[in-house]
Amino acid sequence: MKRYALFLGCTIPARQPNYELSARKALTKLGIELVDLAETTCCAPPPVRSIDLETSLAVAAYNICLAEEAGLDLVTLCSGCFESLSVANNMLKGDEHLKNRINRVLSEVGKEFLGSRSVKHYLQVLVEDVGIERLKRNVSRSLSGLRAAAFYGCHALRPSGLLGLDDPERPRILDDLIEALGAESVEYRNKLKCCGGLLRGYSDELALDLAREKIINASRAGADCIVTLCPFCFVALDMGQLQMRSRYKETYDMPILHYSELLCLALGADPKELAVQTHKVKIDKVLDKVL
Amino acid sequence: MERAEREKAAGLSFPEEVASRLGGETIKLCYQCGTCASSCPVAKITPNFNPRELIKLSLLGERDEVISGDAIWLCCSCYNCQERCPQKVEIAEVIYALRNIAFEEGRIPPIYSEFASALLRDGRIIKVSKFVEKKRSTLGLPPLKPTGVEALTRILSATGFNKLYERRERK
Repeated sequence: MKRYALFLGCTIPARQPNYELSARKALTKLGIELVDLAETTCCAPPPVRSIDLETSLAVAAYNICLAEEAGLDLVTLCSGCFESLSVANNMLKGDEHLKNRINRVLSEVGKEFLGSRSVKHYLQVLVEDVGIERLKRNVSRSLSGLRAAAFYGCHALRPSGLLGLDDPERPRILDDLIEALGAESVEYRNKLKCCGGLLRGYSDELALDLAREKIINASRAGADCIVTLCPFCFVALDMGQLQMRSRYKETYDMPILHYSELLCLALGADPKELAVQTHKVKIDKVLDKVL
Repeated sequence: MERAEREKAAGLSFPEEVASRLGGETIKLCYQCGTCASSCPVAKITPNFNPRELIKLSLLGERDEVISGDAIWLCCSCYNCQERCPQKVEIAEVIYALRNIAFEEGRIPPIYSEFASALLRDGRIIKVSKFVEKKRSTLGLPPLKPTGVEALTRILSATGFNKLYERRERK
């Protein structure tokens, strides 16, 4: 059994129990042991990077130190955490001068970044540690007939040189994982375009314009749902649809699912156990199709 | 930013100042081809943001216009531009460096102030409420481990983040 330190970050425990619950259930069922670390903090994502880059690197490195001390690699459910931690991990591993500079900061809290561990998004764990073939063998409820629009968002893929999750222009990982469950991964226009999530709070109008385009393009392609791998993309598209109703006077009804929720359904979970009431756009259409 | 860097930056032209900062190193490699602008999802929906123009203005030394303007905050950090730049200008990082300068000068949008104060107070930019924390057990989720607020406070003080924020509060 492979063990990982689960890095939850902020937004998932604060707002998305459905994501945490489904990810824990699915990974555990597939033989991945998750360890919760004490004393973690915010991962220092783009909002913190916008304020001070050095601080964001130091905070990310501090959290990696906790995993190093526990002798574990890190797994994240959030693309923001994945990006912050991976960028810091790989920048410091590749730049002795920067590593020393950040370690001077970390010495204030008795830590030293060694660069001995890796950071993974849970989709990588599914592909690399569980494997697509073993995943397929564990599917007890095939999702055949379901048309799912894979949405990668930005921060799982880019900057690709420091993340290395998949090809930033032609990724396959999420499509392959969707198809392993028996569902069809549908192609749609501007599939790789941003959800606008990071503009929320600064320019809600622009953020919503970007999210709306995703919903429209997935609808036109005949998708039954959009599948995300990041809590910020989830909010932008799920909560976003309520805001679109009032702003554009248009009604959308596109269920948004975390990949881990889809995975739990395929592994035979009862939706009642998955806190699906957290979704702003009800997912009944998807459940009717797969149950 | 380290003090030695800050002192050095004081006597520099704006492009030099940006290039001397963490994240800003590659700005001078830009040859204005516009691959960034044509890859930018935000530039497609508003005339107020264009990464090529933002770099151009910075290279021309238009410091005030860049630092006090709206544009640096309109980047959605999708990294498309950076991924595709033929000159390997790390455009998203350059924009972070520009935002860092703006922050040092107290020019920062309210939403970022909220992030900064939440980080200083709770160790997290989004707080987990007591209500949500209590509900975890009924959902079958394990209790949350304590947050490293104390360690974070010391890190934020070592990098000068807390002082940056206090300065912003005074303005």
